[in-house]
Amino acid sequence: MASKQPSMFTNPVMRWVDERFPVTGLMKEHLTEYYAPKNFNFWYYFGSLAMLVLVLQIVTGIFLTMNYKPDANYAFGSVEYIMRDVDYGWLIRYMHSTGASMFFVVVYLHMCRGLMYGSYRKPRELIWIFGCLIYLCLMAEAFFGYLLPWGQMSFWGAQVIVNLFAAVPFIGPDLAVWIRGDYAVGDATLNRFFAFHVIALPLVLLGLVAAHIIALHEVGSNNPDGVEIKQGPKGNRWSKDAPADGIPFHPYYTVKDIVGVVVFLMIFSAIVFFAPEMGGYFLEYNNFVPADPLKTPDHIAPVWYFTPFYSILRAVPPMFGSQFPGVIAMGLSTLIFFALPWLDRSTVKSIRYRGTQWKTWFTIFIVCFLVLGYLGVKPTTVWGQFGDWASFLDTKDRATWVARFCTVLYFAFFFLMPWYSAADKTKPVPSRVTYGDDVKAVPAAGE
Amino acid sequence: MSEPVNQSRRRAAIATAAVPGAMLGAAAVAPFVTSMTPSERAKAAGAPVEVDISNLKPGEKLNVEWRGKVVWVMKRTPEQVASLSQIPASQLADPLSKGSLQPAYVDPKTRSISPELVVMEGVCTHLGCSPVSRLTPGELGNDWLGGFYCPCHGSKFDVAGRVYTGSPAPTNLPVPDHKIDGTKLVIGITPDGKEA
Repeated sequence: MASKQPSMFTNPVMRWVDERFPVTGLMKEHLTEYYAPKNFNFWYYFGSLAMLVLVLQIVTGIFLTMNYKPDANYAFGSVEYIMRDVDYGWLIRYMHSTGASMFFVVVYLHMCRGLMYGSYRKPRELIWIFGCLIYLCLMAEAFFGYLLPWGQMSFWGAQVIVNLFAAVPFIGPDLAVWIRGDYAVGDATLNRFFAFHVIALPLVLLGLVAAHIIALHEVGSNNPDGVEIKQGPKGNRWSKDAPADGIPFHPYYTVKDIVGVVVFLMIFSAIVFFAPEMGGYFLEYNNFVPADPLKTPDHIAPVWYFTPFYSILRAVPPMFGSQFPGVIAMGLSTLIFFALPWLDRSTVKSIRYRGTQWKTWFTIFIVCFLVLGYLGVKPTTVWGQFGDWASFLDTKDRATWVARFCTVLYFAFFFLMPWYSAADKTKPVPSRVTYGDDVKAVPAAGE
Repeated sequence: MSEPVNQSRRRAAIATAAVPGAMLGAAAVAPFVTSMTPSERAKAAGAPVEVDISNLKPGEKLNVEWRGKVVWVMKRTPEQVASLSQIPASQLADPLSKGSLQPAYVDPKTRSISPELVVMEGVCTHLGCSPVSRLTPGELGNDWLGGFYCPCHGSKFDVAGRVYTGSPAPTNLPVPDHKIDGTKLVIGITPDGKEA
């Protein structure tokens, strides 16, 4: 804990502050004496990159609100005004729109890392749960933000998502009216989505990120081997009580993360300057047309980061005269991640020591996620239709059947996990961390 | 000075303070939740809409806005009316609109007061997109008789807004209350003048 420690400063001003606010304590706890496993690899960049994107989104967002008008009559025009007339407005807006997509790129990779190395397992269940909440919050943030430019995709995307709530039995229609603040998506909806997007959710998001990191620093980071360094031998070159396989987060991982930041910013800038629309994936073409409540665009699809879940929604046929089952399936596909720490019953954490069964299921899951994501941006007719022989099926669209198949496998990955993860033939886990290719024990730092 | 603490009395005091406090706290949420319901101005904007249909030719469709929703007013051609009885009932999810929204005074099969003029909400019952016209027979496969197609999730409807089986939309397009008075159509009112 950040209890009283001898001040690390010689500067009298900092010493004065330190007596009144635990600068030294906090810095030691979270940076210079936070010992992280020394075998972090490429996958460990994405946590700090997510923080970077969060800061970018907040800063660019603040500057966008200086010129944006949350009014159905002016919103679309004010975004065009930012793009054309505000000095560097185009840059700030493209950074914000690219940042939204890159946030999901980074978060999906960060989550994938957690899945691969079992970072959700005991004692890190709460870190994982905070992370899942961050992910949900991020999806809500992206959804509310997408309405603000008041283009055709903004409008119809919001229309579809709000109507998901209208599918809830009994209270649905009233609930949808309450969310919109009107009988249709309109000015009231835009105005409140603005409030959620710029103040309510960012506050929640910041709180959750703080909780995520506090929980992480309480139990300590996992690593690619899934070995608990706190249970290993003690003593490294900085402290005789610290884990032998740990190195101080600062300067070792701060410097490593700066390398990641530089590479990330190169990619980020390339997108912002050369392909901000990313071929219609980051900014959809139909969103350059002002919202028209009387005309749905010919092809609507959500932004790419929602498409796996959207495909699941679309794949589930209506049952008992209601589309609610599809809504349930989509909701469950995002919420099921919360249960992961209790579904996995393997004796090992990391994919390095898992057996064939888990690896196969994990591969199936990733493939299904990608296929569902791809199908979600395409019309259901993208892969043609079955012939007349298939008239007994409820739909002849091939893509719908592929999506249904992938949906079943997506859920099977989670629901069958208690069995296949326990039955899996695992490899012995080393007692100390390794560098992956070299399974021999690595000499302790400083030796 | 150091009297023993009366634990039960302390608990009772905490409860008497905490329970009403929590109730007041919960009650304070109500105005905020209520503030998100449609305002008086939004409610007032839901009045009936009058449409002049004197210039509507067979095969043409008008889009009218009513309560923020698009309402289609379509004069069907005799072929289109005939196509309604060519579709086998087994291909329609709700051929007689028993589970769909439509007033009792419209013909259950054509879903209209007179066979040609149909009035329906152009709002897909799946998730509220507006289906697009695919009125040419054969446009969506050989057995397509003409109708509407929802671009969002691929629901298919015939020219009476009846949904084909296999579509994500569970029910037919809703038919709102409407009244025809010569060349004047009023949406949002029943033929005997009651407001919807």
